[in-house]
Amino acid sequence: MTPLAKMLWRDLWHLRGQVLAVALVVASGVAAQVTMRSAYISLQAAQTNYYSGYRFADVFAHLKRAPESLAGEIRALPGVAQVRTRVVADVTLDVPGLAEPASGRLVSIPEHQANMLNDLFLRRGRYIEASHPDEVLVSEVFAQANKLDVGDRLGAILNGRWRELTVVGIALSPEYIYEVGQGMLFPDNKRFGVLWMGREALASAYSMQGAFNDVSLTLAKGADEAEVITRLDQLLLRYGGLSAYGRKDQLSNRFLSDELGEIEISATYIPAIFLGVAIFLIYIVLSRLVVMQRMQIALLKAFGYSNAIIGLHYLKFAVLTVLAGLLPGLLFGLYLGEKTNNLYAEYFHFPQMPLVISPGVIFWPVLVSLVAACAGAIGAVRRVTALQPAEAMRPEAPALFRSGIMERSGIARWLPTSVRMIVRNLARKPWKALLSVLGIGVAVGIMMVARFLLDAVDHMMDVQFNLVQRDDVTVLFHDPRAASAAYEIRQLPGVLRAEPFRAVPVRLRHQYRSKQIEVTGLSPDSQLRQIVDSRLHTVEVPPDGLLLTKKLAQILGVMTGDTVTLEVLEGARQVREVTVAGLSDEFIGIGAYMNAQALARLLREDNLISGAYLSVDPAHADQLYALLKRMPAVGGVAIRSALMRSVRDIVDRAFTTVSMIEMLFAAIIVGGVVYNSVRIALSERGNELASLRVLGFTQREVLVLLLGEQAALTLCAIPVGLALGYGMCALLVPAFDRELFRLPLVFSQMTFIYPAIATLISAILSALLVARRIRQLDLIAVLKTRE
Amino acid sequence: MRVTPVSPARSTCVLALITDRGMFMPPDHEHSTEDFSHDSTESVFHVHRVNKIYRMGEVEVHALRNVTVDLLQGEFAVLLGTSGSGKSTLLNILGGLDRPTSGEVYYRDHDLTRADDESLTRFRREHVGFVFQFYNLIPSLTALENVALVTEIAENPLDPAQTLELVGLGGRHDHFPSQLSGGEQQRVAIARAVAKRPDVLLCDEPTGALDYATGKLVLEVLERVNRELGTITAVITHNAAIAGMADRVIRISSGAIVEVRQNEARLAPSEIAW
Repeated sequence: MTPLAKMLWRDLWHLRGQVLAVALVVASGVAAQVTMRSAYISLQAAQTNYYSGYRFADVFAHLKRAPESLAGEIRALPGVAQVRTRVVADVTLDVPGLAEPASGRLVSIPEHQANMLNDLFLRRGRYIEASHPDEVLVSEVFAQANKLDVGDRLGAILNGRWRELTVVGIALSPEYIYEVGQGMLFPDNKRFGVLWMGREALASAYSMQGAFNDVSLTLAKGADEAEVITRLDQLLLRYGGLSAYGRKDQLSNRFLSDELGEIEISATYIPAIFLGVAIFLIYIVLSRLVVMQRMQIALLKAFGYSNAIIGLHYLKFAVLTVLAGLLPGLLFGLYLGEKTNNLYAEYFHFPQMPLVISPGVIFWPVLVSLVAACAGAIGAVRRVTALQPAEAMRPEAPALFRSGIMERSGIARWLPTSVRMIVRNLARKPWKALLSVLGIGVAVGIMMVARFLLDAVDHMMDVQFNLVQRDDVTVLFHDPRAASAAYEIRQLPGVLRAEPFRAVPVRLRHQYRSKQIEVTGLSPDSQLRQIVDSRLHTVEVPPDGLLLTKKLAQILGVMTGDTVTLEVLEGARQVREVTVAGLSDEFIGIGAYMNAQALARLLREDNLISGAYLSVDPAHADQLYALLKRMPAVGGVAIRSALMRSVRDIVDRAFTTVSMIEMLFAAIIVGGVVYNSVRIALSERGNELASLRVLGFTQREVLVLLLGEQAALTLCAIPVGLALGYGMCALLVPAFDRELFRLPLVFSQMTFIYPAIATLISAILSALLVARRIRQLDLIAVLKTRE
Repeated sequence: MRVTPVSPARSTCVLALITDRGMFMPPDHEHSTEDFSHDSTESVFHVHRVNKIYRMGEVEVHALRNVTVDLLQGEFAVLLGTSGSGKSTLLNILGGLDRPTSGEVYYRDHDLTRADDESLTRFRREHVGFVFQFYNLIPSLTALENVALVTEIAENPLDPAQTLELVGLGGRHDHFPSQLSGGEQQRVAIARAVAKRPDVLLCDEPTGALDYATGKLVLEVLERVNRELGTITAVITHNAAIAGMADRVIRISSGAIVEVRQNEARLAPSEIAW
């Protein structure tokens, strides 16, 4: 080993505390990057493989009923490659062991297994047999959630008739990677599931022999999706077609794509923050090392070592420091990547979801952290090369202090000496102080964002389940029914109050924009369903005209007072002009509301109802559920308490873990910055502090002088960080402004308190690690050493 | 300061007495008896048979050997010795920075031998003023603030501004160390040491980093402090010329006191040259 190499290793060992602090920050950044990149790539690879291997369709459409012969016409449309027609029906399920009724989507499959669009992966059991019309395949998550297995039976109401279905296989489909019911944000796998049934069996139950009500297709190469959709819509118009949509509006794909987009953003900015902090830390550690080794550097130069060799020596120090963090960071990142991947596997269901580690997952963090090492070292290396041997042999001039604003304005006189020292030390290196504040501040910000996401979801849930959705049970009919159905519902056991509503599938148009949506007709005295604005005030449904959620108004480009065209997508398919009478502000989904009577007038129908919101006496709930399971008219039942539980469960499991890891990583940044700053302050001012000890200052007094500066920086950084965090959250809000949900910019008190406390604890612990060294100050050496 | 016995004429014969463990005589020995009766001035520090052994790796360094010495009220003492002679070790022990390996050190009735770190800190804070070779001023504080830093924690301090006047720096209150010359910095350091009215001023090579003229200026300040405030002043130096301004000169070599000399008359700093 060359003498320089030995020196390098000894310096690394000597500064091991600081090296470790930098390495930990690097490790956190690398781990975050590897975790998110590997999760991203794995999820994306799983998606791509699944979509191509199981022929996920490009365009989807639902319709009332069309003869099978229409399939040929669809196939003949320009740009269409393959077509699959199906019968799809939403049913109420009676699952053994589940008190409440569940909702099921029955999707037809050919009686004989064949390659098809949206093909199934059969996890267990066997395919259905044509001779057994009651055989079904059940989606894996639904089966898991309800502990269903091959051979189990479950009840279902098919077109008004109760049937017992036999589970013969457990399957997965690329259409239901994220298995949620329409209008739901989080999956409730116990109460919503997809079942696949033979085409003949399902068709005969719904009188759809030789017909279909659902079609999906793939596009030929180079085909224009929008054009195909337009032509398909035209073709399906007279068969009761709801608008066709592409993959981007396909519910499962949309959730998956949104998630991928989010990981990609986080995979970029979070590691960037860590590496920025690492660069700063390497810079301050190396700068100090160069100052301490001035004489050595001069000596080496005097002996004839070149600038390049000496510069390289310090660069190596930075690189080795980074490498010390890189390797554990990679390993921890892969471990967390695996964990994250498993977490994703709970929500996104693929036949397999292996952790994919592409070369880039390793390569980029390595490259980026090496670049960070060089960036951090560059200042120190420059200083080394600029140093003249003769000059370097002399000790560095004493720290320069001059009168500043504090002295000129006379404020200094009012401040204790210790405070003056702190202020002057900070003012002497304002950039370092600023970067320290920024480094700690960003960490505070990361912690705040982590907490904010929990707050936002909590708030969304609180608003949704306590203000908007106040009904215990929502009952949805298969088809619109006469208002008298509400009376029957009211007679059911346990029903305290029932408020009927009308839901009409429509397409709203305004100029060139359009959106397919359901208009909900609410009665003006509705208590179980409330519409709120952004300040959570109740919004009355106007007597006439549409009330739109802001997001929908934005999509359509309309304001209150504008007129939109409303095309009804069922029945007689009327087209009407309606005024936008008001806007509301919901966090989940998009919606359009109308006064029930006004809606009936508009559609010229007799008070039809699509379902009812129920207030239920919990004592009789199970009795009610049992009845609802068997009611032919009922197409779907949603139970608020079950939904709340399921959402809470997901939030707790997924968000809390991620939030904890982010807090930990952020605490490492705080620790890294504080520890290094204090170590360097101790190194720079050790003589000063030891002198004070000689003069009779106690350890505690000297500690205050040493830590005061860091305390001031940390205390400054907390409000700065909270402001930064607020800004980061405010930036996230528009990024999450989606049709599915919007994040409210709300904060609980804890979101401010928690990061502040975590930062203080992390800072105090790191400072205490250094504080021990105050005891080891050499009081005797200081009498003899030159600054 | 006094060492037993005090008479310079007899110092050589006493050497063996105080440095050789085996030949040490108890206080009732004729010489000792004579010493204690010799001077009526109050003994402030009492160092008795002090040994200091450092362990440096596997090597034992005997820094002080059986040193016995007293410091008297108001005197100006110079500890003379070459580098490594043990004079700094003695100063460190007197200043409460270090504890002897064996022997006794008393400051009035405080036992410094058995004091814990906290008591030693209190001792330094209340009774000792230090002047360092390299001044060791706080760079972020002005001259006045450097002095005030110490008076803030003292019980009955001098006024910092007046103390600066005393060392001839009345006009430089608001200068930072980096704006002062070496001599000026050392005078600030002396003002800082003196301002809390210490009982003893311990100066470790106070002129070591200064040029001739500046060094003399600093010595004048020390002399003045000793004369006007009556603070016991002990100056460590390897510069034999400085010995001329002392009441007593103690020469240390290889950890032992080899000579104690009482000057007939103290020279003024202006009268000495090196």
